[in-house]
Amino acid sequence: MYRLILITRYLLKRRITHFAIAAVALCVFTVVVVMTVMIGLVGGFKEKNHAFVGDCVVGTESLVGFPYYEEFMTLVEHSGLVQGVSPVVKSYALYGTEITDNYDNVEIVGVDPVRHSQVTNFAQTLDFNGHQPQKAFVPTYDANLPGCILGINRVSRPDPRGQYVHYDAPFRASVTLMCFPLNAMGALVGAGTNPTVTKRFYYSDDIHTGIAAVDFGYVFLPLDQAQLLCMSGQEKRINALYLKFRPNVGLQEGCRQIAELWRQFQADKAGAPNSFLLEGVNVQSWKEYRRAVVAPMEHEQLMLSMMFTLVGITTVFIVFVVFYMVVNSKKKDIGVLKSVGASNTGVLSLFQGFAFGVGLVGSCVGIFFGWLFLTRINQIEQFCYKHFGIQLWDRTVYVIGAIPNQVDPSALAVIMSCAILACLIGALVPSYLAVRLRPVETLHAGRM
Amino acid sequence: MSESPVILKAQNVHKSYRMGATRVVVLKGVDLLVREGEFVAIVGASGSGKSTLLHILGGLDRPDKGLVQFQGRDVNRMSARELNRYRNETVGFVFQFYHLLDELSVRENVVLPAMISRSITGWLMMRRRARQRGEELLEQLGLRERARHKPYQLSGGERQRVAIGRALMNQPELLLADEPTGNLDSTTGSGILNVFDQLNQAGQTIVLVTHDERVARRAQRIVTLVDGRVKG
Repeated sequence: MYRLILITRYLLKRRITHFAIAAVALCVFTVVVVMTVMIGLVGGFKEKNHAFVGDCVVGTESLVGFPYYEEFMTLVEHSGLVQGVSPVVKSYALYGTEITDNYDNVEIVGVDPVRHSQVTNFAQTLDFNGHQPQKAFVPTYDANLPGCILGINRVSRPDPRGQYVHYDAPFRASVTLMCFPLNAMGALVGAGTNPTVTKRFYYSDDIHTGIAAVDFGYVFLPLDQAQLLCMSGQEKRINALYLKFRPNVGLQEGCRQIAELWRQFQADKAGAPNSFLLEGVNVQSWKEYRRAVVAPMEHEQLMLSMMFTLVGITTVFIVFVVFYMVVNSKKKDIGVLKSVGASNTGVLSLFQGFAFGVGLVGSCVGIFFGWLFLTRINQIEQFCYKHFGIQLWDRTVYVIGAIPNQVDPSALAVIMSCAILACLIGALVPSYLAVRLRPVETLHAGRM
Repeated sequence: MSESPVILKAQNVHKSYRMGATRVVVLKGVDLLVREGEFVAIVGASGSGKSTLLHILGGLDRPDKGLVQFQGRDVNRMSARELNRYRNETVGFVFQFYHLLDELSVRENVVLPAMISRSITGWLMMRRRARQRGEELLEQLGLRERARHKPYQLSGGERQRVAIGRALMNQPELLLADEPTGNLDSTTGSGILNVFDQLNQAGQTIVLVTHDERVARRAQRIVTLVDGRVKG
């Protein structure tokens, strides 16, 4: 009981304790704010990538693609594992507009918009046809023209707040796509004559995924049109199948079963024409498929976490210094407590309890102010931009909307635990010194 | 009085301290007997080892050699737990510089020994009784009006009375006082000695250390320490 009373009094009455609490609160505040923003950015980025490709991808790196996909789609659809399958053609093209003679390179993606919307968030990311993706490739100004969907940055530019100009309907505009179709052997189809296929498409919609590469550099085409451009009427091939699992199918287990299905399918197709193209096909979860894109951000998050380890070490050192001072100033109290029967365990738990209190109060204060700051972080940024022209991220460069401010309770629990642990570690040596103190060293009048 | 049983016995107690590179021998074979209900004053010049002897008798320090027995039990052979209990329940200390905890009120300082020996649940079960005992002591020592004050708001005499209250909280069989009036003026010091007199008349065994002969004369028996040994 005496420990509880003394801990409370030390926490409330001693100014140096207030400094320790403030130091812990400041560290926790910094970690909460930066980690919340970073976790939000990384988590958001992952979610966007997940939503962009579905749960599982059966695909090849090769631009040649692979055949017999329709048979495998039927097989997968009957497996009971998926709620949607979308065949995707991916390739590169030269991109020209009516405005300029210059050609730009783009990534072209051929999809069936309805199927693709069942697997990915394709429909939700369309500007005009979100509610009717089947019309995404039909220009509203002339339904007979071949449509295409452009990354939003090809038709609009974000303002400094990251907002795009929104039109009521797509304006009439055409783009020219020039491709180099490949045959099953990977050679140019028109080698020796004209190796390119050029086709004009009309702007029917734009897509805003929040993934910079997509919003800046992708052009979506109807699946059959993309096959014509990339394979030039050869046998029907695709580069990937995007799959969406049923809710009761786990990611790893689903991928494992699809991989098993694929191995079986590949074995069944052995000896069929161009079946060698099936050998380069991998079954990957969305995380593996998008690793090259997501990994750098995860690496940055890891680096940030390591930097915060330094913040933790600083906290330990601050608490150590404070507690060393406290123990030195409380030597007499320790002697008194021992003279009236306090045990070494009692003294140790007194100072460790005190450290726990500093960690608990400090982290609660830090978390509260961190949360308060985060709830207003976007308003603060807007205020700073309006009055001082300062922005955390230049929205004309970065595909970031609002600053993520959703506090993760589990992250808070980890941060609080770490702060308390740091305090306990910081106070360990001073507490041990307090335990080692012999009462006569502090109570003997001649030694005072 | 001489027929009362021996409560405390020290036999051939030696103690030395390391001070830098040299070793200072403080006690060189002290023998002492204290009987139940006695009021003994240990006198001696500064550095004669009075306080060291008192600390050894109270279990705050251990002798290098020799025997210290309380009611026949060897204090030196007590385990850490037993020693804590000995300090908490069997002896009560009064120090020259009071040594009160500034964070606690007068009342809390007095009941501190009762809190220390119990867990939270144990304390909750007996807190009413402990508080009642604390109030009785405060009343007895004339501190009732000061119960909510902090030690730094009290005079020297009041602080020493709080320290006496704390020492008596667990009704110890032995009260050890180290220069209890050494930091007080003569009037206040006399008041404190009156308190000791009253306690002794009520049966309390007291061992008091002082360098002041006038203070020592208030005791029933005077033991003089000279050069680390009991004189005569």
